Amino acid sequence: MANGAALSIAALSKSFGAPQRALSEVTLEMAPGEMVALIGASGSGKSTLLRHISGFVEGDAGSGGVRVGASLMQDKGRVARDIRRLRAEVGFVFQQFNLVGRLTVMTNVLMGQLPRIPAWRSLLGRFTRAERAEAWHAMRSVGIEKLAWQRASTLSGGQQQRVAIARALVQRARIILADEPIASLDPESARNVMEILARINREQGITVLVSLHQVQFARRYCTRTVALRLGEVVYDGPSADLDATMLRRLYGAAVEEMLDGTETIDAVLNDPVVAEGLARAAASA
Amino acid sequence: MTAATTIPEGALAPPGGPKRTLAQALGWAAFALVLAWAWKGADMRPLDLWKDSGNMRIFLAEFFPPDFREWRSYLREMVVTLHIAVWGTVLAVICAVPFGLLSSSNIVPVWVYQPVRRLMDACRAINEMVFAMLFIVAVGLGPFAGVMALWIHTTGTLAKLFSEAVEAIDPRPVEGVRATGASALEEILYGVIPQVMPLWISYSLYRFESNVRSASVVGMVGAGGIGVILYEVIRGFEYAQTCAVMLIIITFVSTIDLVSARFRKLFI
Repeated sequence: MANGAALSIAALSKSFGAPQRALSEVTLEMAPGEMVALIGASGSGKSTLLRHISGFVEGDAGSGGVRVGASLMQDKGRVARDIRRLRAEVGFVFQQFNLVGRLTVMTNVLMGQLPRIPAWRSLLGRFTRAERAEAWHAMRSVGIEKLAWQRASTLSGGQQQRVAIARALVQRARIILADEPIASLDPESARNVMEILARINREQGITVLVSLHQVQFARRYCTRTVALRLGEVVYDGPSADLDATMLRRLYGAAVEEMLDGTETIDAVLNDPVVAEGLARAAASA
Repeated sequence: MTAATTIPEGALAPPGGPKRTLAQALGWAAFALVLAWAWKGADMRPLDLWKDSGNMRIFLAEFFPPDFREWRSYLREMVVTLHIAVWGTVLAVICAVPFGLLSSSNIVPVWVYQPVRRLMDACRAINEMVFAMLFIVAVGLGPFAGVMALWIHTTGTLAKLFSEAVEAIDPRPVEGVRATGASALEEILYGVIPQVMPLWISYSLYRFESNVRSASVVGMVGAGGIGVILYEVIRGFEYAQTCAVMLIIITFVSTIDLVSARFRKLFI
């Protein structure tokens, strides 16, 4: 049922001129409140798919529609005329955080309000007390409120990614698309960012579609996983069934890249001594 | 040439090497030809400097000691010159922001930035002096003609510098702003401007420096300020006074250069 779905994509294709299509008849539906992992080797079309949902890229002319909630983001290779406003409904978290480094954390988070406030106020940079309070609340929920008046460029990668999540929260987006949000982070920050995404999904009912490079994170945080290979959906089902055998069947030799470092990272995450040490280091820093 | 053809193939130097030397030699020869050709056109007579050195010495001696009796009026006009530079620069900065954005290839489509760039080229191509002479006809003798002249010329220069800064930005923060559902204008204000601000400020200060220099020259065609006095004393063969005026200009321009350079360092 497309009407009740948080996200529905119907036969979306994209070719960037090359004979191999970047996306090939991708069909995907997400129920409200779901948290789904999107996995695949590099070049499998994960980013391209997410960028289509936000209307950054247009699909091929014959493609079906991309619907977020009740809004049609694009259809038949044409993005909606009011796409700029529609993007407010979709929170986007980027691999490289995409914050404005010279502005404060506060201003970066307040940007999530831009579509809701009158143009004259946004152009003068005037935000009301209530809007600041909402931004502050979002920062607190991801644990960066102490950094509010620092320039975003002075933050660590993990902190910057949390600012980006706070920005999406202030947008009041009902769905958050996260494009490899942990690929540029150290294991501890990666775990932290995934925990936050899982928590806002659980507590606020925000639908989350997160693309991941490493399968063990999908298994850990998402009950459902969608796997892409060369722009095609090759698996859509419970993450628990994605064991090494299944992955080898789906990806063949390319699987090594996706399982790379699994043992090490799992060991680090599961070792209580290591976790305690990291927590102590974070507290003293 | 014949020597080159008799060398066996295996003994040839690596490709590219000798050819480049030949091209270099040709380049230098062409440069020498241009210099020789321009010698006549520029009416170069270096020997006259030596031959008429006696006259030169008398001429220079007339500059000293400088005659500061009219220093009040010199200072007053020097301050007017600064006023011309301030207004010419401020108006130009205000105009260069939209024109700079409109000539950036990463902000607007080609059918916008190409015509705007050509318009800015035109503003920049014509010297302030020429603009000043034209505006004297339009708005009359006086400082306002100088302001207009600096304004137009500086808008052309700053718009180009501003747009080069805009074209060098990191596109990712801009995409981050776009993802929040911001309008195109908000995207520029929150994503682009913060990134280019330090460079824009630095360029504007630099142009203010050069406009103080230019403002003292546009006066010579009647557009107000110290240039008017300079022109009058030179035409009146009052070399001691000319020297005083020049010393005042040098002092002001050097001071402003130093202060502004110190200030610009804060923004880079």
